[in-house]
Amino acid sequence: MHIVVCVKQVPDTEAPIRIRPDGTGIEESGLSFVMNYYDEHATEAGLRLREQFGGTVTLVSVGPERAREALRTGLAMGADEAILVTDPQLDRADPVGVARVLAAVIRTLPYDVVLCGKISTDDNAGIVGPALAEYLGVPQATAVARLEVDAAGSRALVHREVEGGVEVLSVPLPAVLTVERSLNEPRYPSLPGIMKAKRTPIRTLTLAEVGLAAPAPRAVLARLESPPARRAGRIVQGDADDAVREIVRFLREQARVL
Amino acid sequence: MDFQLTDEHRMVQAAVREFATREILPRAADLDQTGAFPADLIRRAAALGLMGMIVPEEYGGAGMDAISYVIAQEELARASAGLQTIITVNNSLVCDPLVRFGTDEQKRRYLPRLCSGASLGCYCLTEPAAGSDAMALQTTARRDGDHWVLRGTKVFVTNGVEADVCIVYARTGPEPGGRGLSAFIVEKSFPGIAVGKVEKKLGITCSSTAEIVLDDCRVPADNLLGEVGMGGRIALSTLDGGRLGIAAQAVGIARAALEEATAYAATRRQFGRPIGEFQAIQFALADMATRIEAARLLLYRAAYLRQRGVRHTREASMAKLFASETAMWAAHRAVQIFGGYGYVRGYPVERYFRDAKITEIYEGTSEIQRLVIARHLVQAT
Amino acid sequence: MGADVWVLVEHSQGSPKRISLELLTCGRDLARATGGRLVAVVPGAGVQPVARAVASRGADVVYAADHPLLEPYTTDGYTTVLADAVREEEPAVLLVGSTAQGRDLAPRLAARLEAGIVTDCTSVAVQDGALVATRPMYTRKAIATVRVDGGGLRIAVVLPAMYPVAPPAERAAEVRPWPVRLEAAAIRTQVQEIRALSRDTVPLVEADVVVSGGRGLRGPENFALLDELARALGGAVGSSRPPVDSGWVPHDYEIGQTGKTVSPQVYIACGISGAPQHLAGMSGSKYIIAINKDPNAPIFQVADLGVVGDLFEIVPKLSQAVRAAKASP
Repeated sequence: MHIVVCVKQVPDTEAPIRIRPDGTGIEESGLSFVMNYYDEHATEAGLRLREQFGGTVTLVSVGPERAREALRTGLAMGADEAILVTDPQLDRADPVGVARVLAAVIRTLPYDVVLCGKISTDDNAGIVGPALAEYLGVPQATAVARLEVDAAGSRALVHREVEGGVEVLSVPLPAVLTVERSLNEPRYPSLPGIMKAKRTPIRTLTLAEVGLAAPAPRAVLARLESPPARRAGRIVQGDADDAVREIVRFLREQARVL
Repeated sequence: MDFQLTDEHRMVQAAVREFATREILPRAADLDQTGAFPADLIRRAAALGLMGMIVPEEYGGAGMDAISYVIAQEELARASAGLQTIITVNNSLVCDPLVRFGTDEQKRRYLPRLCSGASLGCYCLTEPAAGSDAMALQTTARRDGDHWVLRGTKVFVTNGVEADVCIVYARTGPEPGGRGLSAFIVEKSFPGIAVGKVEKKLGITCSSTAEIVLDDCRVPADNLLGEVGMGGRIALSTLDGGRLGIAAQAVGIARAALEEATAYAATRRQFGRPIGEFQAIQFALADMATRIEAARLLLYRAAYLRQRGVRHTREASMAKLFASETAMWAAHRAVQIFGGYGYVRGYPVERYFRDAKITEIYEGTSEIQRLVIARHLVQAT
Repeated sequence: MGADVWVLVEHSQGSPKRISLELLTCGRDLARATGGRLVAVVPGAGVQPVARAVASRGADVVYAADHPLLEPYTTDGYTTVLADAVREEEPAVLLVGSTAQGRDLAPRLAARLEAGIVTDCTSVAVQDGALVATRPMYTRKAIATVRVDGGGLRIAVVLPAMYPVAPPAERAAEVRPWPVRLEAAAIRTQVQEIRALSRDTVPLVEADVVVSGGRGLRGPENFALLDELARALGGAVGSSRPPVDSGWVPHDYEIGQTGKTVSPQVYIACGISGAPQHLAGMSGSKYIIAINKDPNAPIFQVADLGVVGDLFEIVPKLSQAVRAAKASP
């Protein structure tokens, strides 16, 4: 089975974010970048499918040079190959544009399943997976919380978390699946894996090599600003009955839910 | 000169930090309180390649360099110094001398299982009457046919309870100091070796510290490590690496103390504002951060020399001395910043305080490190 | 190109979902700005009751896209029908709720139609012909304003609880059947079943009151205390990540970076320390009440009312007091 996993490098969610004074984006200097959390789950899902069916796991990323490191992490987890599409012209690409680039690369590869994270933790957009499925012309399942592929490798039975329940969906392969974090527990890159990743070359492609022109993004970031700060309110200490009285008063007078 | 970590170093750091933060840290207080050997975590660590980091891949190790090794040890110690002790002993004091001095057959027999977690190693050098003066040890080994027969008592053996592969130093000849010593690979299953008294300790409680009693223990001649009379050389060169592991442990403890103190200073309010806004606290944090950075740079440089095969006894001692005293000092400052909360169980800083102390003692006390450094200075003039 | 604003109506058991009624409020303002009509589009099978319900909520016209193959929701079925409809009528804006269905559908539709799309919107407006939306980014550590310029369709996927529910209108809009052309073969996936997770409280993302528990709950059995409080307040129960990771509560309880984003009127955090990853999912709440025994818990820095104390003592008494208050207003 040939498995493609789409990987994005994002700022570490634990790191503080500094917004550029002109509001055009974030300060990247000093920021640590990691593989998008959900993409780790996608990589893990790919590795498990390979363990079950044999085959290959190929990572594909669209991003700046530094995204190489996220691919190395995936290789250290056990992926076989990695491809990075990097091009200054892609700096302004919106998620739909990124999906177009990914599709152009993946079309040239053999694939039975394409796995993506449900969202990326930087922009939370959740656009790339379904848009990629559309460009590849294959079916999709998003927010997959459980995944089983039949013995023939021809259909996936997935559980999707929907409001108030679970949807059980049968998807013919090839397909694009975006994964939820409850799908699995990603393995840590092992140290021998890191050594192997160091020796695995990462194929680098420009936009021209992918056969695409510069993207014309439809959605453009106009401004980035800090959220309105929440201020700490009143603190109540002391006896439980007093506390309960305070909360009830708050619920009635301020929050007005009583 | 290049102060950048390589991609590989950063990946090791990220991978071990994540493992330590997610798997070890939530259990660190519990491991400290119960003192129970964390067999499951050691298995997980082994699966990641942490038990044989510097062992070549052909023998089942991760094949990493010394800088990767100290980076990983810092991350582990930041989460739990006790757990890191177990791991660093297996790496520095057991796998490392096997890699350097073992025969191919010995390496094939012992390294894969020490790396995979199937076996655990310990290092038997110190004796009741031979601590800082390790070369005065009195355990004897006499040749008996195709066996050596070992007799004596070893103390303060880290991992002594759980380990099944022991590197044991014994006197094989009348020559003074290290030249009369030899090193042996002794399995716990050999007849005549037993665990004696198990110590209760101030800190690093989840690693065992035990007496190992050799009562005419019969060791096959094939299990001589290196050659007869090489014991002193093996012990000293092993300690250079061991000291890097302890220095990394000290940096990890110090960093943990700084991180806790910084977070506390930002949230703890007194006199109407976070205590981190008071200069007394700020200066303490600044001094902690500066000393930790200095300790880490000494450590990285000593590791760099080690991986280039350059003699680094002086640098390893300096790193170990400075890092261990930094750990003790930083833990002390952290307890002070926490005030009463620093003295009670519940916040981790009192644990750092207890754990830090051992780094000034084992694998050469601070006094011994100063002697080693001074000896190099005198030799150089 | 037209100037109409479309709202995709989601529904269950014959009623529109609350998010869709919120979108009608948002869409009303947008339609005023574009000078177009506000159109509610209701795909499904047997959707007349839903169509009639939204007709009296301020839409100018309702399209009932009734077809047996549109129930249950499938990506292929909905994408085909909506893409055809958009190509025919050329609306300026399509509003979709940020739900499991909306997030599945909207990006695919955008790719098919070469439309501009922005997801996770906390507000949507039309300025100088461009669609302008705000959305949180970087774990809510930043708020982005995104412009979608150019012609053609613009799709905004809007978070729940950002707009009030559209009030009943005096006049009901006309409900028009939308001619659906859909072949069974076009739908490649097969919905085998939808397993309802029984919850006797309101859905988390729709709740006005969310009572949420963290590590301080100490065990799964203690979530019953929160259930009781949530029932008393007519709210829903959620959790931070540790209880989910420990297996105390199911994954769909999780609020935060890796879980749901909620914006209730009141959020009551019990035994939650307030890690940034959790704050990412709830700091958009109107009011926050925190109960924690650790006076240094970071949650107190965002709480409007912070109570330092033992939740095991406070929460049961609070449930009782709330019931008493409701009984005698």
